[in-house]
Amino acid sequence: MRVPEQDAAASAPQVVSAFLERRKEQIAQRWADAPLFRSVFTVSRDEAVEACKAVVEALSDVAVGGRLEDIAAPGFAPVRDQLGRMTQTRTRTGSTPAQIADEVAGLRVPAVDLLREEFADPATPQAQECVMALTLLLGTLRLVVMETALDANAELIERQRQQLLEVATPVIKLWEGTVAVPLIGTLDSARSQVVMESLLEAIVDQRARYAILDITGVPTVDSLVAQHLMKTVAAARLMGAECIVSGIRPAIAQTIVQLGIDLGSVLTRASLSDALAYALGKQGIEVSRADAGASAR
Amino acid sequence: MNQPTPAQPSQVPVLALGDVLLVSLQGELHDGMAEQLQHDITNRIATSRVTGVVLDISGVDIVDSFLGRVLAEIASTAGLLAARTVLAGMRPAVAITLVELGLTLPGLVTALDVDRAMELLSQRGS
Repeated sequence: MRVPEQDAAASAPQVVSAFLERRKEQIAQRWADAPLFRSVFTVSRDEAVEACKAVVEALSDVAVGGRLEDIAAPGFAPVRDQLGRMTQTRTRTGSTPAQIADEVAGLRVPAVDLLREEFADPATPQAQECVMALTLLLGTLRLVVMETALDANAELIERQRQQLLEVATPVIKLWEGTVAVPLIGTLDSARSQVVMESLLEAIVDQRARYAILDITGVPTVDSLVAQHLMKTVAAARLMGAECIVSGIRPAIAQTIVQLGIDLGSVLTRASLSDALAYALGKQGIEVSRADAGASAR
Repeated sequence: MNQPTPAQPSQVPVLALGDVLLVSLQGELHDGMAEQLQHDITNRIATSRVTGVVLDISGVDIVDSFLGRVLAEIASTAGLLAARTVLAGMRPAVAITLVELGLTLPGLVTALDVDRAMELLSQRGS
């Protein structure tokens, strides 16, 4: 549909929308050469043109709605996925968010140039207004791109945090009736919850009488970490298993004493082997050298 | 063996196995039922030769602060009457909830299941 440029009744956003719709092909061709699209769609230029057309259509939709500054405008919805994939590709190749934003800003000049050509005299107030509207719209596009980039990053961080939780807390069966958890890294409440759950499950599965919490890999122990440890010990005891905390390094032992944390109710050993020896001894299991019997003979 | 009939039928069955009372709690336990159970067990210990009580809570999904206190009270009353109490079969989820509530039941002896609890009682008895 053609909208005459000099029609005073048409508001600037509508003129811009009509312009975008009409000159979609030209804008797409120019944008496809911009660094943003060229670096993402390296295989085929046609693909880049298609992607540009989709973005132009979305912008036209948003302009019709008149919500030039609204990043939540429904018109952006169809291209959000595509923009997200593009920013992800750029991020993977090492671009910072600021660089991506600059590249999106680079789309403005070709589009505004085309819009100026539409008007016989670009100095008229209406022409100025339309250029302003298009500039605003592209500024919003920039924000949308940044938003999708941040969303993608937040999702990635969340997924990695989840993986870390799952990976970092294995429960090992050391002996019949004895399980151990080697704790590695900082023990926060989310992790201690996972540790507690998996340890209790293991106690049931293995019918364990002794559970060893090895904190050799825990860098620091403050009152909060100590509290988490004591909770885990108490929960294991409620399940009928005795819990031993091992791997307390000298520096950590000093910190615990200096902080005045009372670990009196918790059985502690210096190393994992000491804890295992205690657990075996309590179960009446004796470990001896295989050649001890031979030499005695 | 002398088996006195309870004055009122309890809603929670209390089984006598030799000189051990086996109490198997199932599902949700109302406050009234818990108190009734406390009376029943105390009476049974006082009137027969019971040396051990096993409280099996493997069928219990929720242990609130009241039930936690009742369990601890049963254990201390039984202790006064010279019977040892073992709490057996607590589920992991229940253990976590109790610890988060700050109820670590310090005076109670615990076991993984009824089998272990019986083992524990026979060991201590000998």
